[in-house]
Amino acid sequence: MTVESTAARTPRRSAGSKAGTTGTKRTTRTTAKKDAGTQKGTEPQLVQLLTPEGKRVKNAEYDKYVAGVTPEELRGLYRDMVLTRRFDAEATSLQRQGELGLWASLLGQEAAQIGSGRALRDDDYVFPTYREHGVAWCRGVDPTNLLGMFRGVNNGGWDPNGNNFHLYTIVIGSQTLHATGYAMGVAKDGTDSAVIAYFGDGASSQGDVAESFTFSAVYNAPVVFFCQNNQWAISEPTEKQSRVPIYQRAQGFGFPGVRVDGNDVLGCLAVTRWALERARAGEGPTLVEAFTYRMGAHTTSDDPTRYRGDEERQAWEAKDPILRLRRYLEDSNHADEGFFAELEDESEALGKRVREAVRAMPDPDHFAIFENVYADGHALVDEERAQFAAYQASFADEGGN
Amino acid sequence: MAEKLALAKAINESLRRALESDDKVLIMGEDVGKLGGVFRVTDGLQKDFGESRVIDTPLAESGIVGTAIGLALRGYRPVVEIQFDGFVFPAYDQIVTQLAKMHARSLGKVKMPVVVRIPYGGGIGAVEHHSESPESLFAHVAGLKIVSPSNASDAYWMMQQAIQSDDPVIFFEPKRRYWDKAEVNTEAIPGPLHKAAVVRPGTDLTLAAYGPMVKLCQEVADAAAEEGKSLEVLDLRSVSPIDFDSIQASVEKTRRLVVVHEAPVFFGSGAEIAARITERCFYHLEAPVLRVGGYHAPYPPARLEEEYLPNLDRVLDAVDRSLAY
Repeated sequence: MTVESTAARTPRRSAGSKAGTTGTKRTTRTTAKKDAGTQKGTEPQLVQLLTPEGKRVKNAEYDKYVAGVTPEELRGLYRDMVLTRRFDAEATSLQRQGELGLWASLLGQEAAQIGSGRALRDDDYVFPTYREHGVAWCRGVDPTNLLGMFRGVNNGGWDPNGNNFHLYTIVIGSQTLHATGYAMGVAKDGTDSAVIAYFGDGASSQGDVAESFTFSAVYNAPVVFFCQNNQWAISEPTEKQSRVPIYQRAQGFGFPGVRVDGNDVLGCLAVTRWALERARAGEGPTLVEAFTYRMGAHTTSDDPTRYRGDEERQAWEAKDPILRLRRYLEDSNHADEGFFAELEDESEALGKRVREAVRAMPDPDHFAIFENVYADGHALVDEERAQFAAYQASFADEGGN
Repeated sequence: MAEKLALAKAINESLRRALESDDKVLIMGEDVGKLGGVFRVTDGLQKDFGESRVIDTPLAESGIVGTAIGLALRGYRPVVEIQFDGFVFPAYDQIVTQLAKMHARSLGKVKMPVVVRIPYGGGIGAVEHHSESPESLFAHVAGLKIVSPSNASDAYWMMQQAIQSDDPVIFFEPKRRYWDKAEVNTEAIPGPLHKAAVVRPGTDLTLAAYGPMVKLCQEVADAAAEEGKSLEVLDLRSVSPIDFDSIQASVEKTRRLVVVHEAPVFFGSGAEIAARITERCFYHLEAPVLRVGGYHAPYPPARLEEEYLPNLDRVLDAVDRSLAY
């Protein structure tokens, strides 16, 4: 049984949409044109395949991108989201216990990350920010590898080419240019791989993001810009970043932009597949704005009570990405109690594994400071390493430590 | 084959050779294609190698370097041009936070074979932002290598070596020397990229310089010779790393050192050289290491640049002060 066969008959759009027609691909983009600017009362279009209540709604344009999704794959998406959330919660706890220096939680953004992450092929390449733990999971990066930088033992512990998942980038928006350059290279190589760049609503203000839009458009690079608009850039709401909905920015650069319900894993899967297909077909870049919510703090160092109320959080809690898929799985009999119970056990096992791995993570050797500064070596680094070694050795001479 | 080439043409020939010998080498920058660059350094390359390898970019320096990083991650070896020294700063973030640190961040798994070419320095009567010497701003950043040739032969070979390097190299081209001709032997075996060269041996004092100031120092040595003083001129060639061993060897012989660069003296490369050579040669030095360079003021309007830049008399004055100790 496919997902589509259980879909509700009535097309739905986001609340408040005034557009009179259903959201076909064409309509979405022409609506975006109509909405461009700051006209009062125009609400952006939102692609949604699964409502917060867990009802599958039909979408003439995007249904075909998830038509073949089997119940098993749906359970897989659910499992991905649950395990990612469990890992994320464990990491937050580990920070509270002093095992990590910092953690950037993805709580609430599981659907955006799993939906887009599962749309990718192995040969596609991902350029993440520092919050894409769910995408990393989809790429097969071991979750414990993500924790090294947050524990302070390295600045990124995995081989980017091992899973085609680049290192986390902390400087906001920088990676969108790397993704664009990488995609230019993919196009030169003549393959049909695609590249996806993750960034947030805050990053949309960065010059580098604007430049990546320009370069990718001019060179028709096969890149998908996946913006998780989680409504908050630390303490600043999206209104402080943009006067128009972020997806509408794409229009000015000459490529399509679409807003998808970022808490709808099916919607994110469908829209990302569509955007990747465009990239593979040589149609150039696409901007996807996944409209979601950062349920937790920016990082463990942040205190959201200083800048936002709990009502907002509660309203978004009702749109929880995991809950809605669970409702759908249950209502359509795609998953039984056994599945959920087993997943619960798997979650706990993952938490335990992560906990133990972090506690066992050794501090790096002191001389790691001087390693990999250069690929071909550098006389000054050699000299300073030798000075450092002599300094360290001087303690041994004194019989100290 | 040896022939006389202008420095700009030598770089052009070097880029051509790199494009011919390695499919992964790309040229990127503003106006590098049809125009051949505002200094014609990339003249004719797009015509011969096509638009996919010699790429005219949008006017966005951060975008140029940022996409070059992405191309390097994909296995390419981009050589990017920043049109003028004063225009590199939009790219400074990408160079410092990404290009320089990617190799270390990846624990050595990722290499960044990117060359950033920057025509730099003054003396050509240009408008603001077209005459600066920002090399110290890059030398302070671990992960970058910084070189600056002083003549056509070095320009040819150092560009070959910079492109072959798996580390990012900031390649400062002395724009006022672009038209100076010298013999270039394209079959020679070059010395190491980061090794200094004694371009004139001497016994009384060492002048250390790189890029556009090497020629000036040679002129200074000529003038001093007429007064019976024997100056040794060192062409440092590389600003990161700096070949302190060669400076030390020279200073142990001459016992006096004057460092000359166009960049402001304050926190300039001369300061670093003075500190390190004082440590290394404390008992050999007969005088403190002196520096001649730009002032702690914005690069002046062209009508004043003769006063701002080190010239024959200012360097000779420093030589006299050193010898007077």
